[in-house]
Amino acid sequence: MPEAGPARRPLAIDADREFEALLLATIVLLPFLLMLLPAAFERLRLSPALGAGLVALAAALPLAWLAPAVLGGGTVLASVEWVPVLGLELAFRLDGLSMLFVGLILGIGLLVILYAHYYLSDEDRNGRFFAYLLAFMGAMLGVVTSDNLLLLVVFWELTSLTSFLLIGFWRGAAEARQGARLALLITGAGGLALLAGVLLIGDIVGTYSLGAVLASGDAIRADPRYPLVLALVLAGAFTKSAQFPFHFWLPHAMAAPTPVSAYLHSATMVKAGIFLLMRLWPALAGTDAWFWAVSTTGLVTMLFAAWVALFKHDLKGLLAYSTVSQLGLIMLLLGLGTPYAELAALFHLLNHAVFKASLFMAAGIVDHETGTRDMRRLSGLARQMPITAALATVACGAMAGVPLLNGFLSKEMFFAQTFGIGTAQWVWLLPAAATLGGLLSVAYSARFVHDVFFGAPAGDLPRKPHEPPRFMRVPVEILVVTCLLVGLAPALTIEPVLRFATPALLQGPLPEFTLAIWHGFNLPLAMSAIALLGGIGLYAWRRGQGALSRDHAARLSGKQLVESAMDGLREACAVLGDALERGGLRLSIVTFLIASLAVGYAGFAGTWPEATLSPGGVPAMTWVAASILVVATLATVGFHRERMAAVVAIGVVGLLVSVTFVKFSAPDLALTQLLVEVITVLLFLLAMYFLPARSPREGGVARRSVDALLSLAAGGGVAALTYAMLLSPPDTISHFFNAAAKPEGGGYNVVNVILVDFRALDTLGEITVLGIAALGVVAMLDGARLGGPLADSEGRPWTSQRQSLFLQVMSRPLLPMALLVSLYLLLRGHNLPGGGFIGGLVTATAIVVQYLAWGTAWVDQRLTVRYLAVAASGIAIAAVTGLAAIGVGAPFLTSTFGYFTGPVVGTFELASAMVFDLGVYVAVVGVVLAILATIGRQHVVVDKA
Amino acid sequence: MISVAVDIASVLIGLAMLLAFWRLLRGPDIVDRVIAIDTLYINACTLLLAYGIAGDSALHFEASLVIALLGFLTTVAFAKYLLRGDIME
Repeated sequence: MPEAGPARRPLAIDADREFEALLLATIVLLPFLLMLLPAAFERLRLSPALGAGLVALAAALPLAWLAPAVLGGGTVLASVEWVPVLGLELAFRLDGLSMLFVGLILGIGLLVILYAHYYLSDEDRNGRFFAYLLAFMGAMLGVVTSDNLLLLVVFWELTSLTSFLLIGFWRGAAEARQGARLALLITGAGGLALLAGVLLIGDIVGTYSLGAVLASGDAIRADPRYPLVLALVLAGAFTKSAQFPFHFWLPHAMAAPTPVSAYLHSATMVKAGIFLLMRLWPALAGTDAWFWAVSTTGLVTMLFAAWVALFKHDLKGLLAYSTVSQLGLIMLLLGLGTPYAELAALFHLLNHAVFKASLFMAAGIVDHETGTRDMRRLSGLARQMPITAALATVACGAMAGVPLLNGFLSKEMFFAQTFGIGTAQWVWLLPAAATLGGLLSVAYSARFVHDVFFGAPAGDLPRKPHEPPRFMRVPVEILVVTCLLVGLAPALTIEPVLRFATPALLQGPLPEFTLAIWHGFNLPLAMSAIALLGGIGLYAWRRGQGALSRDHAARLSGKQLVESAMDGLREACAVLGDALERGGLRLSIVTFLIASLAVGYAGFAGTWPEATLSPGGVPAMTWVAASILVVATLATVGFHRERMAAVVAIGVVGLLVSVTFVKFSAPDLALTQLLVEVITVLLFLLAMYFLPARSPREGGVARRSVDALLSLAAGGGVAALTYAMLLSPPDTISHFFNAAAKPEGGGYNVVNVILVDFRALDTLGEITVLGIAALGVVAMLDGARLGGPLADSEGRPWTSQRQSLFLQVMSRPLLPMALLVSLYLLLRGHNLPGGGFIGGLVTATAIVVQYLAWGTAWVDQRLTVRYLAVAASGIAIAAVTGLAAIGVGAPFLTSTFGYFTGPVVGTFELASAMVFDLGVYVAVVGVVLAILATIGRQHVVVDKA
Repeated sequence: MISVAVDIASVLIGLAMLLAFWRLLRGPDIVDRVIAIDTLYINACTLLLAYGIAGDSALHFEASLVIALLGFLTTVAFAKYLLRGDIME
């Protein structure tokens, strides 16, 4: 590490600061940007691990550049607005604490990448693995460098997601999938709690910026919502750091490949919860609630998990529970709340990361070389793999707190911190519990070393054990040497690191401390001695009794609880779904009608608008049309079991509605309705081919009477509303649109201006819904093969003539004419009836004529575009037009227009809304053709008769 | 003069529509109903033209243009359905 002191560069120069901010952001963003590099390396037949390693190194370079400034006591900040309305910034901070964690994440990350290169077999998709690993690395770097609490939550969730992918990496294994799901569920739920807590903090402080939050500790602690904030933040931290009772996801996460366990589940991700509490320590700690909640959880976790670890047969299971236990120890230290305890917590966190990562790697080596991780089968491996045995023994010694190793120092500090807590008669409790925790950790460490490496040679191993490849051991060696160096010469190695990192943690002065191997004969030393001797004694005794090799029947586990809760939820949803969806539309429609009637009655009962208009005389032709309309509607109901006749009758209804629209000066509606009528009939006929010609009578007389009454009530209600509206004073919103269409939207056609300008967002939503509907139809029917009947409903065989020559000849000239008309309608839409919807329908109908005349195969051969892509590009055109408005600084979908003069055509108007309308046009063409052509392609001859 | 002609035309078209609709309701065959709706489309087309002449409006003309251009498609589809079942084979 570069030296601190006078080398520190001046921070006052702006350009320098900007450069530093850029470097800082690079550290976090680089792993994301280059996460596909390993996959690319794999394609090039290079080692994907090399790609990942290069990315990690590249991310470490800016850190080396920034280190002098931070070591000198400075803080590097970088921030870019992201969603300013929400207070969300891309803001990063590099101070002592975050730099320590960045170093840890990158350093152990590099070792894990090297290790994984040897651990993973070539059949695994290693490119994918390293891509996930880099994404996780980026997310974790983001968590520790975020200067904005919301951003921290974003990265926090990203670590949960990437951890999900990594745990479930061997997706063929059910265990891996379940473990991944469990981890995501627990840590994801904790993440949501944390988000809520952060939002509350933001509300109290007024900003999510970390600097301000850390400075507002008093305000937060004094706020009445403090207990809630604390509970929510702790829920996030406890789930992530696997604290009791949320610890159970971690052992199940051991289904992950071992490099993942070493990296995520011992060294980094499970430390995120602890990091969070350290980061927020100045803002949240120092209250009784903090003390009790954090220290009790830590204490219970430490003892409980250490006891369970002793009885695990799986090497990784033992390590998982020992990790939970050690995390509990750190949590307990955080709970004590004194600056010195914080320092001890930080120290132990680093030590744990180092020795536990090396132990996971050693366990992975054992698994890799022998084919099993079951301690009841493993034995005496020190003969075949002496170096691995020595390394694992040293690391276990560090975990057990053996003198001259790093774990001893932090454990002594922990013991020393346990005195004087609680009232007089309980003051012995914490030291006793701490000693017990230490004792158990010695016992499970002893078990790990003794069961695996010593004793009689193992008889029935799946593979013949031998030492791993040379470089697979290198990461373990580096970590174990670190354990030794820190243990032997703490003042030279770890003390400076703690000295510069702790003030950033505390946001205050560093407490007095010295790290030495020998503090004289004192109570902590006695506790260490009791723990060491007692732990070895406990192991020897339980082993002698055979208690360690017995199978412990799985009792009620957290995993089972969560899974049965999930099953219950799924069943409840199924029951609710079945209750609401009975396989018919009747219940839905009845519910909807009754609800509408109730709401309508509540809103309108007893009121009648002042009739300022009176019905005028009705011409005879109107009577004729209206009576045909009414009778045709009734006929549709009467014919409903004879489906073809019903389609004809409803066609008449549509035609007369269109004529009514023309009559009452709504040409846009009339044109749309006419075209929709045609397309609807085609859709009916396409579907009816696959359906029975007659539908059965449904329900008894009573049910049909109820239905009839409901329908009459609902129809009567709508009629009454319409009548009332027609007679009420004409001061409606339409006057605004009439007045504003030209000056503000640049068009005379009010309907079109509303569609593409005033209410363009609605239109964008509508065409998107259309696109989704088309997607649904294509997804369900594309490639399906439905059988149609060989004869009509009367049993007469179909005619043998497939196509009509007359129709074919006529369809040819029709296409260009119809396209011309549709183009004309589209272009003039802004000022006269027409526009994207109508133009699109005309184009689609004209192409449908070709389908009818020539068949699907013929048209598909000549028109090779994919209609869904057409629909999607239409939506994209409309959306991009809206976004272009943002590009010039106006709100989304703002439109503009201008007048241009050109030769021949004279002065004409161009409006950006016309491009939007073009998008609507393209989308409508794509949607209609996608749906009709997909159903049209279903036909295969299968005799259903 | 022209308004009187339009009135007379309207009455005749109205009568034609009622008769066609009667055929649609009575059937007896489905083919009768299909021909009836085709007739109704043509009637509507001419009715709009008559209104357009009376009101001197181009918009009515366009609506009847669209009916003329594409309205026959319904009838074609019905016919194809009755003859072959599958309208887009």
